[in-house]
Amino acid sequence: MRAVVLGVGNIILSDEAAGVRAVEELQAAWSLPESVLAIDGGTSGMEMIEDLSDLDFLIVLDVVKTGAPPGTLVKIAGDEIPVFFRHKLSPHQIALPDVLASLELLDAMPKEIVVLGVEFSSLELGLEMTPAIARMVPRLADLAAEELLTRGYGLMPVRKVA
Amino acid sequence: MSKRVTIDPITRIEGHLRIDVDVDGGRVKKAWSSGQMWRGVELILLGRDPRDAWAITQRICGVCTTVHAITSVRAVENALNMEVPLNAQYIRNLIILAHAVHDQIVHFYHLSALDWVDVTSALKADPDKAAALGESLSSWSLNNKHEMRKTHERLKHFVNGGQLGIFTNGYWGHPAMKLSPEVNLMAVAHYLQALEVQRKANKIVSILGAKTPHIQNVAVGGVANPIATDSQSVLTVERLMAIKGFIDELSDFVKNVYLIDVAAVGAFYADWTAIGKGVTNYLAVPDIPMDTKGTQFAMPGGFIEGGNLSSYKPIKTFGDEYFTKGVEESVKHSWYDYSKGGALHPYKGETKPNYTDFKDDAKYSWLKSPTFYGKVAQVGPLARVLNMLAAGHEPTKKYATAALDTVSALAKTKVGLDAMHSTIGRHAARAVTAAVQVDMLAGQWSALVENIGKGDTKTFNAPKFPKDEVMGVGFHEAPRGALSHWVVIDNGKIKNYQCVVPSTWNACPRNEKDEPGPYEASLLNTPIADAEKPLEVLRTIHSFDPCIACAIHLTDKESNTAISVRAV
Repeated sequence: MRAVVLGVGNIILSDEAAGVRAVEELQAAWSLPESVLAIDGGTSGMEMIEDLSDLDFLIVLDVVKTGAPPGTLVKIAGDEIPVFFRHKLSPHQIALPDVLASLELLDAMPKEIVVLGVEFSSLELGLEMTPAIARMVPRLADLAAEELLTRGYGLMPVRKVA
Repeated sequence: MSKRVTIDPITRIEGHLRIDVDVDGGRVKKAWSSGQMWRGVELILLGRDPRDAWAITQRICGVCTTVHAITSVRAVENALNMEVPLNAQYIRNLIILAHAVHDQIVHFYHLSALDWVDVTSALKADPDKAAALGESLSSWSLNNKHEMRKTHERLKHFVNGGQLGIFTNGYWGHPAMKLSPEVNLMAVAHYLQALEVQRKANKIVSILGAKTPHIQNVAVGGVANPIATDSQSVLTVERLMAIKGFIDELSDFVKNVYLIDVAAVGAFYADWTAIGKGVTNYLAVPDIPMDTKGTQFAMPGGFIEGGNLSSYKPIKTFGDEYFTKGVEESVKHSWYDYSKGGALHPYKGETKPNYTDFKDDAKYSWLKSPTFYGKVAQVGPLARVLNMLAAGHEPTKKYATAALDTVSALAKTKVGLDAMHSTIGRHAARAVTAAVQVDMLAGQWSALVENIGKGDTKTFNAPKFPKDEVMGVGFHEAPRGALSHWVVIDNGKIKNYQCVVPSTWNACPRNEKDEPGPYEASLLNTPIADAEKPLEVLRTIHSFDPCIACAIHLTDKESNTAISVRAV
């Protein structure tokens, strides 16, 4: 059993960082078993093929644009996944759909994919997220953890020292 | 009556590029290249610690992360007049070269081969004949019947299943597609093999860079790779041996597959050696420093005017004034304003947006227009190879000659260096570079091992920032061409930062003198068979390998989506 939690997005475009920051949050708040790899994918592409090959489960954390209010959390799974990537609901990604298409050609597609997204407020240049989105980042990380736990991956919460 | 064709966006590239052409009598008469995103990374860096700039600039783009990291530390080191330990140079060089070879393989097979290769035609191929052809061309072990049959089956499975996936948007059956079914099948087989091979290059970067896609090991003054031959957590003999293994596998593929495939495309599309020439002033910077100061380089660079190799003038060292004094950027046709007229040197560069809509004769791009001593210049693999040939670089001569000989043999006519000034020539030059660079990878690996063997384990010199103002330039011969970062530091903080990126040189709009940029010039007189399907335009633009994400930055575009999603 092998899973990857992939945070994508451009951290210099304010809320676009949410996916990457959620991966960092997941790593800070949970102790991940060896079967789970957390990756800060940034805006990269083909470099990720290696890590995304032959997975049982892939979680993509990203910002999305669906028209819902900023901060809304969204889950996309099953049949919606191909549609999601075709429409580039994720505002920046040229790379990830290409990576998945390549994995398909290599016969190495993840057996299951879930996208967890947060509706963004600003994509202005900047290293800080807007407060409404920053608040949702821990929640996004928790959602990812729940998806993993549901499928039997042995995550342990890290006890925070006050 | 001329017809206006707008391609927006150009696909299979990173970033958002729009190309407009006026077509008359089946040929391009006028062309415009327009970057559709604006970049403001420079603004983010103001006031920050120069030691952090590399980590931020490597986030500009998804493709070229390492190149911005390397160039940024070089700029700060140049401003501080620093030397970099030999081990750090070698480790950086290994990362640079592995990244470059990766980028070139992915560009040819996954981003541009589909302009030349008709995937649906490959279905009609006889796999055994494709294998016979492949085996006649090179000693590559995966040109056999079994592999070609397997590829054929897999392709059939995809097409019959209706999931063309990555192949969906090709111009299949276009009259400009000329390869036989067997050559197409061989190319598809290599496309799939290249997906496997590119991983090896990436593994080298991840071992040395501590992490991909965003490397972690760079620092102003060196690298953060502790070297110890007997410890697990650092650069060990075991890891070095793994790197050597990957280098050997890459070398086999580049020399026995990539170089041959490019020559085959060149031979079967011989007419494209006379299309796409454009600007013939060629600029390349030297790279792969072999000493601590950056005065000796394994890859020479310089400037060639008017395609004349004897006009070559070398750029000799990091910070060479011949380079630093020659660069200016104009915004006459770009969506920016300068506080005064004329072009500006990057140290004085300004980033003030002024969007006006697309105006053919005025402003029409988010890209600035750079010049070298007032002249428009092409950068990238062709500029690199021609400059290296002009400098008498023997390895470049060897592989360029080998490529041209293969083209000549397949085309059954003598094809000379003149053919390089073309759309196909840029692809050929990229493959020649890759061949030169896999050998250099092995060379840098040996140099590193030998230097460690002498007992030198130093990888870092600590930077010291003066109170007064200093400025510096870092340059790097990145896969797409000459990249430079220009930094002004005041009291240890960034006061100005400008990136002059390869795709700005090539994809720029008209300059101060209204001369077209390299993309624009290269499209003039290109034959267009069907204005509704301008494959020919894509071929030439893709030959430059546009990567616009760093040339400009993201714009927010409402996506009209039909899918419904549920909140959680």
